[in-house]
Amino acid sequence: MDSTNKRKKLITSEIVKYALGQSFVKLNPMVMIKNPVMFVVELGTFIVLLLTLFPSSFGAEANFGFNLTVFIVLLFTVLFANLAEAIAEGRGKAQANALKQTKTDVTANKVQSGGGVKSVPATELRKGDIVIVAQGEMIPGDGEVIAGIATVDESAITGESAPVMKEAGGDFCSVTGGTRVVSDQIKVRITSDPGESFLDRMISLVEGAKRQKTPNEIALNILLITLTVIFLIVVVTLAPIAKYVGVNLEIPVLISLLVCLIPTTIGGLLSAIGIAGMDRVTQFNVLAMSGKAVEAAGDINTMILDKTGTITFGNRMASDIMPVGQANVADVASWAAISSIQDETPEGRSVMEWVRKNGYTFDESKARDAEFIEFKAETRMSGMDLKNGWKVRKGAIDAVKQWVTTQGGTIPADLTDKGNHIASEGGTPLAVAVNDQMLGLIYLKDTVKPGMRERFEQLRKMGIKTIMCTGDNPLTAATIAREAGVDDFIAESKPEDKIAVIRREQAEGKLVAMTGDGTNDAPALAQADVGLAMNSGTIAAKEAANMVDLDSDPSKIIEVVSIGKQLLMTRGALTTFSIANDVAKYFAIIPAMFMLAIPEMHVLNVMGLGSPMSAILSALIFNAVIIPLLIPLAMKGVAYKPMSASKLLSRNLVLYGLGGVIAPFIGIKIIDLVVHLWI
Amino acid sequence: MNVGMDVLQIAVVIGLLLLIVKPLGTYIYHVFSNEPNKTDRIFHPVEKFIFWLTGLKNRSEMSWKRYALSLLLTNAVLTVIGFTILRIQKWLPLNPNGIDNMGTTLSFNTIISFMTNTNLQHYSGETGLSYFSQMIVIMMMMFTSAATGIVVAIAFIRGITKKGGTLGNFFTDFVKAHTRLLIPLAIVVTLVLVGLKVPQTLDSTIQAQTITGETQQIAIGPVASLESIKHLGTNGGGFFGVNSSHPFENPNPLTNVIEILSMWAIPASLTYTFGRFAKNQKQGWIVFSVMSILFVAFLSLVYISESNGNPVLNSVGADVSQGSMEGKETRFGIAQSALFTTVTTSATTGSVNNMHDTLTPLGGLVPMSLMMLNVVFGGDGVGLVNMLMYAILAVFLAGLMVGRTPEFLGRKIEPHDMKLIAIAILAHPLIILGPTAISFLTNLGSGAITNPGFHGISQVLYEYTSSAANNGSGFEGLADNTPFWNIMTGVVMFLGRYVSIIALLGVAGSLSHKKWVPETIGTFRTDNKLFAGVLLGTVILIGALTFLPVLVLGPIAEYLTLG
Repeated sequence: MDSTNKRKKLITSEIVKYALGQSFVKLNPMVMIKNPVMFVVELGTFIVLLLTLFPSSFGAEANFGFNLTVFIVLLFTVLFANLAEAIAEGRGKAQANALKQTKTDVTANKVQSGGGVKSVPATELRKGDIVIVAQGEMIPGDGEVIAGIATVDESAITGESAPVMKEAGGDFCSVTGGTRVVSDQIKVRITSDPGESFLDRMISLVEGAKRQKTPNEIALNILLITLTVIFLIVVVTLAPIAKYVGVNLEIPVLISLLVCLIPTTIGGLLSAIGIAGMDRVTQFNVLAMSGKAVEAAGDINTMILDKTGTITFGNRMASDIMPVGQANVADVASWAAISSIQDETPEGRSVMEWVRKNGYTFDESKARDAEFIEFKAETRMSGMDLKNGWKVRKGAIDAVKQWVTTQGGTIPADLTDKGNHIASEGGTPLAVAVNDQMLGLIYLKDTVKPGMRERFEQLRKMGIKTIMCTGDNPLTAATIAREAGVDDFIAESKPEDKIAVIRREQAEGKLVAMTGDGTNDAPALAQADVGLAMNSGTIAAKEAANMVDLDSDPSKIIEVVSIGKQLLMTRGALTTFSIANDVAKYFAIIPAMFMLAIPEMHVLNVMGLGSPMSAILSALIFNAVIIPLLIPLAMKGVAYKPMSASKLLSRNLVLYGLGGVIAPFIGIKIIDLVVHLWI
Repeated sequence: MNVGMDVLQIAVVIGLLLLIVKPLGTYIYHVFSNEPNKTDRIFHPVEKFIFWLTGLKNRSEMSWKRYALSLLLTNAVLTVIGFTILRIQKWLPLNPNGIDNMGTTLSFNTIISFMTNTNLQHYSGETGLSYFSQMIVIMMMMFTSAATGIVVAIAFIRGITKKGGTLGNFFTDFVKAHTRLLIPLAIVVTLVLVGLKVPQTLDSTIQAQTITGETQQIAIGPVASLESIKHLGTNGGGFFGVNSSHPFENPNPLTNVIEILSMWAIPASLTYTFGRFAKNQKQGWIVFSVMSILFVAFLSLVYISESNGNPVLNSVGADVSQGSMEGKETRFGIAQSALFTTVTTSATTGSVNNMHDTLTPLGGLVPMSLMMLNVVFGGDGVGLVNMLMYAILAVFLAGLMVGRTPEFLGRKIEPHDMKLIAIAILAHPLIILGPTAISFLTNLGSGAITNPGFHGISQVLYEYTSSAANNGSGFEGLADNTPFWNIMTGVVMFLGRYVSIIALLGVAGSLSHKKWVPETIGTFRTDNKLFAGVLLGTVILIGALTFLPVLVLGPIAEYLTLG
């Protein structure tokens, strides 16, 4: 687990140092132009710098002090925006570095075409090469196990320290480069060329090197640029109009107004929000192949989940005990327990647990030195032959029935009915008998994981429909579906059914998410809008999906949806906040601009700011410091709890819309109280 | 002055409007839903004849590009015809008063003005236009420009509410807008106005002998017919120079109310039509209520401001119990004038029954702001489209806050749509503030100002705002019949009309191609009160704040320095 901890600790002085450096590097206009809003601010900063450096050429000697201050505040506005982006990037960089350490020089034992083995550097391996990896060696590249079985430590990638089993064939054959074989030896066929491996992709993803803006980010950027241009028009045209009534507006004042009005807050934080959103997914041990996939997760309407492993544990467990004939529950329970004492199957252990949990007791001494009869396909029973000669059996009803009959016992009349009842609810009945007496039934059923019901409830609140896929018969499927609280299910489903469901939902305009691990899941994963593959799954599944869960926990898809929603919400909240801020800034700057020529304008100075100069500077300073103040929010994302859209909206509107109107009034006033001490 | 009576008169008019919205909105829906209905029996033969006459055989559905192109070409042809007639009107029939041909830049300005539904008039009707020009050019364009606006709204609504990527057939819509909507309504209103003593004649100017023995020229003409379409089509160009304050255009309070309702009815009812098309009447009512909230707020401001009168006059002890009556008609009073001003600038008609130049500073702020917003009911068709554009913008901003990529009526708002919307929202401030600044930089512009100081800023700003919003009312203080003003405002009117029409038809086209996202509990709803608030906030934050600095320099500074 140490590597997971390493990841979490990563907001360190190291990152801050890196980010501080980057804030200056990013001042390069060629870099800055990618963020048009901040580019306009930088341009303004440069103009004010010229006015400060060469006041005589512009006739601005009188305002040297003011101009210098404006320049400094503007410079910091740009630096703060750079800092936000750099911190977000820094976290990814640090993660990538940690990953790169695992990618040290590895030598591979390549199997030659002649049959011999030759040591070659891992970088020389190509798709289709075959290598042998022995105990203690690093697997040189992504591949499939073609022979052998081994346990592999994948902690470098997943952060999970327990080794996992890998074997040829089946769904557990894929291995990842950079992981270590802990025991045994395997033969691996390499499936990726150098630079294209999973590890390489992961590094470039967390580094943000290949980060592409998502459609939503592009659309928002267009809006921000539009607002910037609108305010540019407002400010540029204001000067000649004002001049007509004898108001001379200095260039630094106009630039201050412009910078305050254009959406610098969101402009400065936008890319940081995107990077941090991806980062949150990564922190969660899910690798998203693109930011688009994370956003799509926020839009999901339908979620297709496998029953086994995702919704249920996948093992049948004892959930009830029913006596038949004259027996009572306590009797059946105690004999069921005795029959299971040495039974190591999940069913057997679940019987013991059920008995313990429900407060029944049994005499352990009876089982001492007893002989354990193992389950066999022919007998379809297991049990104990006790020292006192008694025999206890549990197993399939007809098998136990026959066994009791051969011992000379009779079968209670209610056995068949009760057995059918259990089967009709989707459970599996196990009969329990001692010698010639049929005692009762153990109700085995597939159990829903704890907490799943609540999660489906949450999904429903988000407006997401859940569909459960299972190979079970319709009866069993219906029972589990009802217990788990999923909206719909497909029983006896084949892989092609999944694709059919996805297509059907998509035809209705819905976005569909699904999880999968097997090769036969690959087409469905590719068809789904969000496909989450398990890291333990096959290469085909991982390639088809747009997300890979390193922990191989299929229920994580639910959290991924939350993260996607959170990402979009953060973007919307900060945009709203940024635009709402303009109201207060208007009230600070406009009266200040005109007050000298038109003294009556003081009426509009509702905040009672000290002087025109201090009002302008205070608004500008507020505009600058709000960016670093909001960096933590941009990184963490706004709080998200599943609830209906209307509730979410009213909550966020009050917080970020109304808050965005009020906060700057207070902030600017406080700053002005300080700034006014000087001017 | 009786405030209670004033409020009652205003409330009655608003109440009448509310009664009109549903039936007229439903009727418009049936006109353009293209499903068979009872009125086909009356109108179908007429339309069939028109289609036969114009050779319009292929009336299939059009993509947004074909729709926009058809619209532009039709408008272009009409512009050329109109321009030619104005330049040769002297030699054409129906010119009993011997009026001369119109000058080049004035013709350019006039023709664009009427084609764009602006009706900014740099001429005076009595002396500048023959009856032939009045009827063939002015009245024809009053019909066609209004029809153009209406079909844009219908095409836009279709684009955002139906599937398939087409917006309908422009020519069918355009013809139907005339035959089924504008012409029947205009006939009814004309007859009512004639009944209320508005002249309708082709006789020449009356030479009257006054009691003091002097000769007076009393201009008359086919006034009533022009008056009806002038308002129904949110056109606003008056038969006479002083527009609806002229006793022949608007003789009494009853005609005043009829004119107010005529210009208000179609823009307001289209919100209901939108609800019908969207199959969710609440959608329409939300848009209607946001418009109404802004309307009532601005109406209150102008009414209170005018009632309080001019503080300078108050301080010298003049009788101000009537409020500020300068530039107003005594037969209308403050309430009917304030209401007319608010309706004519919110519905961007531009007819006036009082001089906006002489409104008190804050009173003058109202018409200007309404035109800057250009979404409070707005001109026939375009007002609704502009408001829906703001709705898409509101959805985009606030919709993110529910954690989904924003969608409006089930369609996702993507970069391509935002680009087109960006063009539309950029155009408005650019063509208002840009030319205003240019006018102050040159004496050609600032020389026309008759009241220097803050009021001068208002005069220039008003002229361009009115042009950009295709309103057409003038502050009327500006000496604006010069080549500079004719060309500048001509260009502004042209851009103000067609840039946003094309961009927004593009948005409709793009949205109509999109896959529908079904509505769930996680969907951002656009048919509840919360959305009304969001929409209102968006209009104020994005639409209004843009103009705050220059408004502060104009009417607000004038107000602050007055008292």
